[in-house]
Amino acid sequence: MNKIIEASHLSYAYPADEEGMAPHVALRDVSFSVNEGEFVAILGHNGSGKSTLAKLLCLVLEPDGGQLYIGGKNMTDENVSDEDVYAARRQVGMVFQNPDNQLVATIVEEDVAFGCENLGLPSEKIRKRVDSALATVGMTKYARHEAHRLSGGQKQRVAIAGAIAMRRKCIIFDESTAMLDPAGRKEVMETITKLNREEGVTVLHITHYMNEATMADRVIVMSDGCILMDGTPSEVFSRPEELWKANLDVPQTTELLWRMKKAGYDVRLDIFDPRLCAEEIARALDEKKD
Amino acid sequence: MAEIVIKDLTYVYGKGTPYEMKALDNVTVTFKDNMITGLIGHTGSGKSTLVQMLNGLLRPDSGEVFLDGKNIWDEPKEISKVRFKVGLVMQYPEYQLFDETVRRDIAFGPGNMGMKPDEIEKAVEEAARFAGLKPHLLEKSPFDLSGGQKRRAALAGVIAMHPEVLVLDEPAAGLDPGARREILQRIRDYQRESGKSVIIVSHSMEDMAMYCDRVVVMANGAPVIEGTPAEVFSRAEELYSVGLDVPEVTKVARALRDCGVDIGLDIYTVKFAASRLPGVIEQ
Amino acid sequence: MKNSIAFGQYCEGSSFLHKLDPRWKLVLAVLYIVTIFLCKNVFSFVLVGVTAVGLVLLSEIKPVLILRSLKPLIMIICITAVINIFWLKGETLLWQFGPVSIYLEGIFNALLIVVRVVLLVAVTTLVLTYTTTPIALTDGLEQLLAPLARIKLPVHEFSMMMTIALRFIPTLLEETEKIMNAQRARGADFSTGSLAKRAKALVPILIPLFISAFRRAEELAIAMECRCYTGGEGRTRMNVLHSSYRDVVAVLVMVAILAGVLVINRFAPGYSISM
Repeated sequence: MNKIIEASHLSYAYPADEEGMAPHVALRDVSFSVNEGEFVAILGHNGSGKSTLAKLLCLVLEPDGGQLYIGGKNMTDENVSDEDVYAARRQVGMVFQNPDNQLVATIVEEDVAFGCENLGLPSEKIRKRVDSALATVGMTKYARHEAHRLSGGQKQRVAIAGAIAMRRKCIIFDESTAMLDPAGRKEVMETITKLNREEGVTVLHITHYMNEATMADRVIVMSDGCILMDGTPSEVFSRPEELWKANLDVPQTTELLWRMKKAGYDVRLDIFDPRLCAEEIARALDEKKD
Repeated sequence: MAEIVIKDLTYVYGKGTPYEMKALDNVTVTFKDNMITGLIGHTGSGKSTLVQMLNGLLRPDSGEVFLDGKNIWDEPKEISKVRFKVGLVMQYPEYQLFDETVRRDIAFGPGNMGMKPDEIEKAVEEAARFAGLKPHLLEKSPFDLSGGQKRRAALAGVIAMHPEVLVLDEPAAGLDPGARREILQRIRDYQRESGKSVIIVSHSMEDMAMYCDRVVVMANGAPVIEGTPAEVFSRAEELYSVGLDVPEVTKVARALRDCGVDIGLDIYTVKFAASRLPGVIEQ
Repeated sequence: MKNSIAFGQYCEGSSFLHKLDPRWKLVLAVLYIVTIFLCKNVFSFVLVGVTAVGLVLLSEIKPVLILRSLKPLIMIICITAVINIFWLKGETLLWQFGPVSIYLEGIFNALLIVVRVVLLVAVTTLVLTYTTTPIALTDGLEQLLAPLARIKLPVHEFSMMMTIALRFIPTLLEETEKIMNAQRARGADFSTGSLAKRAKALVPILIPLFISAFRRAEELAIAMECRCYTGGEGRTRMNVLHSSYRDVVAVLVMVAILAGVLVINRFAPGYSISM
């Protein structure tokens, strides 16, 4: 399996604002890799370093130490050229938290085209890609609309379309659902899942919402600049105490099952669907009766 | 003592333009004293408009808003006094901070009220305590605080005005679970200690279930369901029909009944659900 | 619904004017303005007036909307008219009271100036605002000025700035409203008191607004960088502007009108005016 991202021992500290102050260490010794086509959720409290990590992966920031490979190319090499950086940026895109601050053009389709225009593609090709990208995210109807009048979820889908149109292999979502209402969140999550399952786009989804993390193939939990856990949603959410300690949460289903387990029931914790959770509880209650 | 009674309130945005939209349609609702009322509704249900009616930021097209039995628009010139009585914390309030220090920023509202310097001092310290801001933070620039601290500083800026009613629009939006729990817990503690009336607007069913005493559900510009969280969340079908959801644990309770285990449909928090299961006690 | 302030006021449509290439529309507007300023007598004004009416008909936009665009100008128009009426000395004295005297020429001149301003504003709004999106206009301007890039003028940067400004004006207006409401909820008062007091009341709005604008700018810069923006070099466009027979016709007609005005000025009798 091809690794699209490979990070080993990455560290980063924000320089101190004033002289004499200690620099703010955001990441220390972070190592992980992401396979092509994987859907990885990154969880972590505010200030855990997850957004810094996203900026490093998009080559907006340069790590202080460690190595970072994008698409097999070492980006931390001393003689990495601007061209190499641009080439890597073509592969890895980012969708940000605030939908308003990433849309450049007033009209939806022109914003989607922005990235392709930067790549210098011929106009007919851009047209085709923009139309198909808008269709993928279900925004064709809004192609000629003004971006600022759209809902939050729609704006994020426009931003996603911009990344698809550039044929990105990997998209990093930096808390892209944090400012949305439940309907908008659902829209965006459906789009993300579709991208991953149908288009084979590698997804790194940074979020605070535990139920979004349960949709991923793999969950990385960050705390104080380090990776605390790295595993499937089942593995990660089976350890609620550690997550609570890291200022995070678990899905309500897991919390309920955990309470049962504490009371001596023999139950699994890694169930996120209410119906399956109910079945598990019923089974455990039944077992206890016998 | 402060009860807000709303009677036959109607409000239309952009009257006479192509964008005309009825945001509130003949709303009659009461926000009771000494409790936390949750106002739920999807985007566009009119809840944000209703919130701006409570302290007179918007003036109704028709209908009345009564604060302690007095129509707030009886004397339009005195509307700023209503704004001191009904303190509103807007969405993402950290973007309203402006002063050099947190202390001075919190003092902005009390200063506008014409409080005396020593009163202001007292109000600021007390509000900071409620919001959980440690004293040394008061001397810092508000722009040097963390996201959660900024949010709480903005909250303190409104609490410091000693409002009779505290209204919060999405107080926990965008915060991580830890910061979310902290700010909601602080709001609850504030209500319990002060005995005042608090209104929280939110999308999060889970948060509403955990922290509210009473819930009002809005849809299409008017309230559709009212009651205690248990009453409201037991009516899942009606909530689904207006585009809302119920907490996950409520769904589990419903599914459990289908499995032949009836723990009631009025389940709305995990603790509550656990307490209904044999042998699982509240920890 | 929050955006009651209609910025740009583009009116969707597919009329002859809507379909013109924005580059040529800019040329058209400039030609029209030149023509207006060349007008020297009643006949030439009639000609440019008819042209304006023709453009309105071609645009398929309700004349009421165009009148509305003139509303903010009423004060300026009135003041200029009054100045001309009372100050311009002529030969035919109509009315005199002490030092105040009104001449026929003054009234006539005032009238023509009003007509000139009205036509100027009405036609430029019609051609450049009502029938052209701000984005199309920026694109048109960029491509029209493209040759200037050769003498190292930052044409692309200028047009990118315009694009971003247009994109963010509604966002920042909305934000201003939010911040004002937030401070109003804390008892801020923006509408009463002395000028100094009101100016001071703006501080709690301006500081958060600036901070937020800077934050937005920073985030947008990162977002643009992530989307492979490296400046104008090597950049292509999805929508390439195409001129068609319409543009040629429109510009030729406008040139003809300009020529017509010159001819009328030269040969037709009539009152000539001075500014």
